[in-house]
Amino acid sequence: MDSDFHDITLSVNGKQYQRRVESRLLLSDFIRHDLALAGTHVGCEHGVCGACTVLFDGQPIRSCLMLAVQARNHEISTVEGLTDKDGEYHPLQQAMHDHHGLQCGYCTPGILMTMTAFLDENPSPTEDDVREALSGNLCRCTGYQNIVDAVMTAAMRTRGR
Amino acid sequence: MSTRTFGEPIKRNEDRRLLTGQALFVDDVELPGMLHVAFLRSQVAHAKIVSIDVSSALQRPGVVAAFVAGDLGDYWQPGPLLVPPPPIAGIVFHQRTQVPLAKGKVRHVGEPLVIVIAESRYIAEDALDDIDVELEPLPAIVDLEKGLAAGSALVHDDVGSNVSAHVRQTKGNYAAAAAKAHHIIKRRFLYEHGISSPIETRGVVAQWDKRANQMTIWDTTQAPVFVRNGLAGMLGLNERQVRVIAPFVGGGFGPKIMMFYPEEVLLPWVSMKLNRPIKWIEDRLEHFFATTHERGQIHDAEIALTRDGRILGIKDVFLHDGGAYDPYGLTVPINSQCTLLGPYVVPNYDSTFTQVFTNLPIVTPYRGAGRQHGVFVMERLLDFAARELNIDPAEIRRKNLIPPEAFPYKNEIIYQDFQPLEYDSGNYEPVLDMALEAIGYRTFKDEQTKLRGEGRHLGIGLACYVEGTGIGPYEGAKVQVQSNGKVSVATGIGTQGQGHFTVFAQIAADQLGIAVTDVDVVTGDTDQFYWGAGTFASRGAVVAGNAVNEASKVVRKKALKLASDLFECAEEDLVIEDGKVSIVGVPGKFVKLGDLAGQANPMRGAVQPGTEPGLESTQYFGPKMGATANGVHAMIVEMDPQTFDLKILKYVVVHDCGTVINPMILAGQIHGGVAQGIGNAFYEKLVFDDQGQLLNASLADYLLPTALEVPRVELGHTVTTSPLNPMGIKGAGEAGAIPAGPLFAQAIEDALDLKGRGVELLEIPLSPSRLFELTRNARR
Repeated sequence: MDSDFHDITLSVNGKQYQRRVESRLLLSDFIRHDLALAGTHVGCEHGVCGACTVLFDGQPIRSCLMLAVQARNHEISTVEGLTDKDGEYHPLQQAMHDHHGLQCGYCTPGILMTMTAFLDENPSPTEDDVREALSGNLCRCTGYQNIVDAVMTAAMRTRGR
Repeated sequence: MSTRTFGEPIKRNEDRRLLTGQALFVDDVELPGMLHVAFLRSQVAHAKIVSIDVSSALQRPGVVAAFVAGDLGDYWQPGPLLVPPPPIAGIVFHQRTQVPLAKGKVRHVGEPLVIVIAESRYIAEDALDDIDVELEPLPAIVDLEKGLAAGSALVHDDVGSNVSAHVRQTKGNYAAAAAKAHHIIKRRFLYEHGISSPIETRGVVAQWDKRANQMTIWDTTQAPVFVRNGLAGMLGLNERQVRVIAPFVGGGFGPKIMMFYPEEVLLPWVSMKLNRPIKWIEDRLEHFFATTHERGQIHDAEIALTRDGRILGIKDVFLHDGGAYDPYGLTVPINSQCTLLGPYVVPNYDSTFTQVFTNLPIVTPYRGAGRQHGVFVMERLLDFAARELNIDPAEIRRKNLIPPEAFPYKNEIIYQDFQPLEYDSGNYEPVLDMALEAIGYRTFKDEQTKLRGEGRHLGIGLACYVEGTGIGPYEGAKVQVQSNGKVSVATGIGTQGQGHFTVFAQIAADQLGIAVTDVDVVTGDTDQFYWGAGTFASRGAVVAGNAVNEASKVVRKKALKLASDLFECAEEDLVIEDGKVSIVGVPGKFVKLGDLAGQANPMRGAVQPGTEPGLESTQYFGPKMGATANGVHAMIVEMDPQTFDLKILKYVVVHDCGTVINPMILAGQIHGGVAQGIGNAFYEKLVFDDQGQLLNASLADYLLPTALEVPRVELGHTVTTSPLNPMGIKGAGEAGAIPAGPLFAQAIEDALDLKGRGVELLEIPLSPSRLFELTRNARR
């Protein structure tokens, strides 16, 4: 197969990157291996499990279903950018810790990215809303209950600020 | 003031790394000059290999090498038998273990034929298309009964049949008991368990350092010590020259303890041959074929009862799908055979199974590890007995529970740990009562009738089970006080999310009077801890936890001795808390633990003979047999009688796993187990055609339960300590997953009034479409 390369510039977690990428390079592989932001995990590479979810101009997307070249001139956010500059947890990270919302932690980055975006849009969700929003992310360890509780708590704490 | 953390819901030490994307998983290992691997795998289940030609693949730019079985020379050999057959009289076992690359013939879809090594995974996968393979298809063995029929094609020609193993175990005399029985109930049951499908697939990175003569392997394994020992032997290295690291592992649930997967054997060999680091990460499609399954059994079972519902005996004959190779011995069917007996008095038992070779992926334990199959058979037999004898389902269970004064209770047959099956301790009736109370058993019938009048279809299920946990042989731990006052704990087991970094820290923290956050736990690195068996059979907390406790106690003793010498006082006058040893009642007279550790390793001066430097201890713990936990699950569902859509309205688990180290982590284990049980019962099914092709090898088609399917679980606990270990704990890893099958069968029968329609649910998994098939011709 002929390979062709593209020079791209993009922003990840507020930092500008310039890289040369092959057209077929998945965005997930690019983030993990080219940018060494390995917190974004790959679980299925067919867009079902949600582990690779990142924010693309603020919207959650499956980075295994996009090519790196499609991210040219866009803004990506990953789990590595969730804490503030002093390393303090995002309210959802804190709530996940408080509620034991993770076990092996492999699906966790995708869930954090999906649900932080969800909470931005819906700061006062019901439990059913949370379960619906979470249903695109597979977790094999927790049975989801503690994740749901964590999201509800994060929403409550954020509203209370 | 130090407070005791044992038994408290302490938040996890490992969370920060995982929540911020800083935890190292195998695919995060990046090494200079690293090569990447793709496997060409068989697309047919059973075939003779006529030829394989990799020459065009080698021409492709970026491809470094490609190897077939013949290239491996003497390194090509079948894998080890992980668990030899237990000492059971008359046992038949044919050992046929998996091979690194198929030679002569392929025996299941996904079996690797060629390993391709390239500068990137993308190029390695491109090169797979360049390989020419000629296979001559053979009939595939998929159906267990057909596989045993005379004249069937053979998975392993030299065995002479498709029998992998044949085992009969008995207790008492079933035939004599049955002759006196008032009632005998017989049924045929089918139970299939699926694929564990952790969100992280498997992966291996191998790095041969020629100058250091050292092999380092990062592996998503649950048993790093055995992987090291085995690979060192195969590679012709000393064990000390091989370091296996199981870093953060993204879920395991059983299949990651299998060894050796072909990839684990091949990558280190290739790394030595090419003198380059090398990585392989399984993709999800590969995972469906290349990682082990659990799958199915067919049971022909009967129960003999007295008129008033007391069990006189059980006879069971079952077939177990072993897959194409049997490296894990008989663990799964032995667990089914033993766990069937459950929490009940069964005076006479006659159980025979045949493990059958099939042209399907290998079967090894997956969370529950065959226990589900046995529990389903027992619980369903009791359901039908209750029905025919007109006894309430809860009462027939209560009537047959082993009474508390009967412990230790001997079941006589041999368990998976090779010991006679003996329940160490238990008090079963209060667990049943708590579950009945929590689910609202007494008032449910009224509610059900009332709602049926409104056109709603509710049903209830109730199942009891025991879980053999915490088996030997042993685990160890090294506990070491660092000069900065922090404590390091190292153990040989791997960790896949069970909270070991926290529960082991709690145990050490309590003994040494420091904060849980000041204990740094290392698991799964063979250079940090040399010995151990692995994480399986709900044994991590029981066996490694007790080793941590023993080692911490010795370190505590050493610290007290050193401080008493220092202060010239009696040890009894000292107290360890807040990271220091102080003299009771003399404020300000103390020495920090870290300083004591430093003083125990002086730069100059004479150290007395017989003393050891530092403040550390390594201790081992090996229980003489497994500790038996127990529980009851109960569930209320609502069904749509047209679409068979199912909604769980209430799910209750009452459980007894002895002393609890961390109730928050325990609850998490139960929640996750229940979710997998629900998946097994109603959503997950590996669908094979008669050619051995898996028809639903994607997460879009093989349905893992989501947040919409898994309900909130209500938990209750009782505590009956185990006499088998000083902390009194029993394992809990599998309890949530075991009894969901019978719950679903009962609750659905109840909701849809299937009894009245002459339909019995005798199989798992169920699904809306399967319920449609089973009921379409039933009475209305």
